[in-house]
Amino acid sequence: MTNADFQILLPEIVLAVFAMAALLFAVYTGKDKTAPMLTWITAAILAALAVWIGWNGEGTNAAFGGMFVDDAFSRFAKVVILIAAAAVLVMGEGYMAKRNLLRFEYPLLIALAAVGMMVMVSAGDLIALYMGLELQSLSLYVVAALRRDSVKSTEAGLKYFVLGALSSGLLLYGASLTYGFAGTTMFTGIVEAAAHDIPLGLLFGLVFILMGLAFKVSAVPFHMWTPDVYEGSPTPVTAFFATAPKMAAMGLFARVVHDAFGGVTADWGQIVALLSVASMFLGAVAAIGQRDIKRLMAYSSIAHMGFALMGLASGTEFGVQAMLIYMAIYVTMNVGTFAFILSMQRDGQAVTDIGALNQYSKTEPLKALAVLVLMFSLAGVPPMVGFFGKFYVLQAAVQADMAWLAVAGVIASVIGAFYYLRIVYFMYFGEETDPLDHAMAPAQWVFLMASAAIMVLGVVNLLGIEGPATAAAAALVN
Amino acid sequence: METLASDYLPILIFLAMAVALGLVLILAAVIIAVRRPDPEKVSAYECGFNAFDDARMKFDVRFYLVSILFIIFDLEVAFLFPWAVAFKDVGLVGFWSMMVFLGVLTVGFAYEWKKGALEWE
Repeated sequence: MTNADFQILLPEIVLAVFAMAALLFAVYTGKDKTAPMLTWITAAILAALAVWIGWNGEGTNAAFGGMFVDDAFSRFAKVVILIAAAAVLVMGEGYMAKRNLLRFEYPLLIALAAVGMMVMVSAGDLIALYMGLELQSLSLYVVAALRRDSVKSTEAGLKYFVLGALSSGLLLYGASLTYGFAGTTMFTGIVEAAAHDIPLGLLFGLVFILMGLAFKVSAVPFHMWTPDVYEGSPTPVTAFFATAPKMAAMGLFARVVHDAFGGVTADWGQIVALLSVASMFLGAVAAIGQRDIKRLMAYSSIAHMGFALMGLASGTEFGVQAMLIYMAIYVTMNVGTFAFILSMQRDGQAVTDIGALNQYSKTEPLKALAVLVLMFSLAGVPPMVGFFGKFYVLQAAVQADMAWLAVAGVIASVIGAFYYLRIVYFMYFGEETDPLDHAMAPAQWVFLMASAAIMVLGVVNLLGIEGPATAAAAALVN
Repeated sequence: METLASDYLPILIFLAMAVALGLVLILAAVIIAVRRPDPEKVSAYECGFNAFDDARMKFDVRFYLVSILFIIFDLEVAFLFPWAVAFKDVGLVGFWSMMVFLGVLTVGFAYEWKKGALEWE
């Protein structure tokens, strides 16, 4: 334990110390009156850390004997996580304040969740992995139940907590088996024990760890909590669930399978491929019956996780790169979409029924166009950036001789296109209904338009994320 | 694989016995027990006198809060004991690690105090 170790960990330390200091400051002064200010400060700090990590990070540094790894891969994931968290805080502030939900704990819990996620994607050891995962999960359980007087919100929090505890149990069981058979909790040691030929006990450990992680990324068959939690949580919290933690969990997934089990690609590849196919199809089919846009987005995120897992299933460096690009695009699309969902109101009351979007283009042509772009992008229609995300993962699958997986992905995305296009249909050709409110918070408007613009303009060179993603994949897979 | 199976044979036998015994006890109650329920028999048992309230009653959530807070500090003490015993060996790093841990706990304690979690009325 030296200064160098702490220097590598500095962004996480800064964020954690800020969260604790702000907690004491708020509770000893104005309590909830400080909440709007704290929300903005937290968002600013998250954004500043993203810039810091993105600009300053260089090379591969391991702290505390390899328990904490700072490399191009973790930096890519951290930048996406921090920007997403900051964006969600900014665009949800007005919504939370209006509904009396803006407690000062909210931004601080998001900050602590961000610390947990940063540790997750940097974990080089099973203990560090579990610590990051629990810090993130415990913060998320609380924010899910933020609307204490609502039955649905408390149900969402409790359900998330119970199933999350179950998944943590599975993961810990796997971790203990892995430790027992590899003799170490370090990923560098496990990868040696699992080189080429994997002992049966270690294989069980791997399977249990993957089950726990599949819970966190909401991959089928461990997805049951997602729709209820998304529906019950306050919408800004749902927006957070759909973005940053997904990136973190995928990052952790990639780290475990490549860093700790990199020698036995074929063994976990089949599990990940199965998770991928099941998620893509269930996400595509189950969303068709949904009228509630938050539940719809829950199934949509399940399907998208299936596609991201397809990149991982290939087990190659290009697969990791494809997964990272896919996740970055997915997070951007979801930030824009949720900025719009946050603004869906009628007479000041939040509306989540997609029928309320009927004829939306007549009253709000510009916003309707932005949503159209986002929906096309989510569906993966060619000119939009969302298509390129899908293209990358499909290419990764084909290159790894998994053409059947790519074909399944294409079929699932065609099925899934139905419900995205139905929203567009409602907006442009739906029946007359009471129009939604015109008002939209400036921050939400900016994020909606920026996200839609990126989906169109990013076609040129994906805004240059390809380079960092390549470097990140190269740092992880070796 | 064979050594693995033989290494874990005792626990396997134990698990099999546990499951089998559990099943036998449950099934025996279903199959051979005499059952003639009447309202008096199925009502809640309240030693000696008639039941006067439903067992599923609401109770104050503050009990729960106090017990949670107790557990945190209980664990803190449980963590401090081995640290204190090994104090000579843990060195400066060990000392400051524990100080940081106590500092984080104190932040939480100050928060809950100020938030009013310790006030009963």
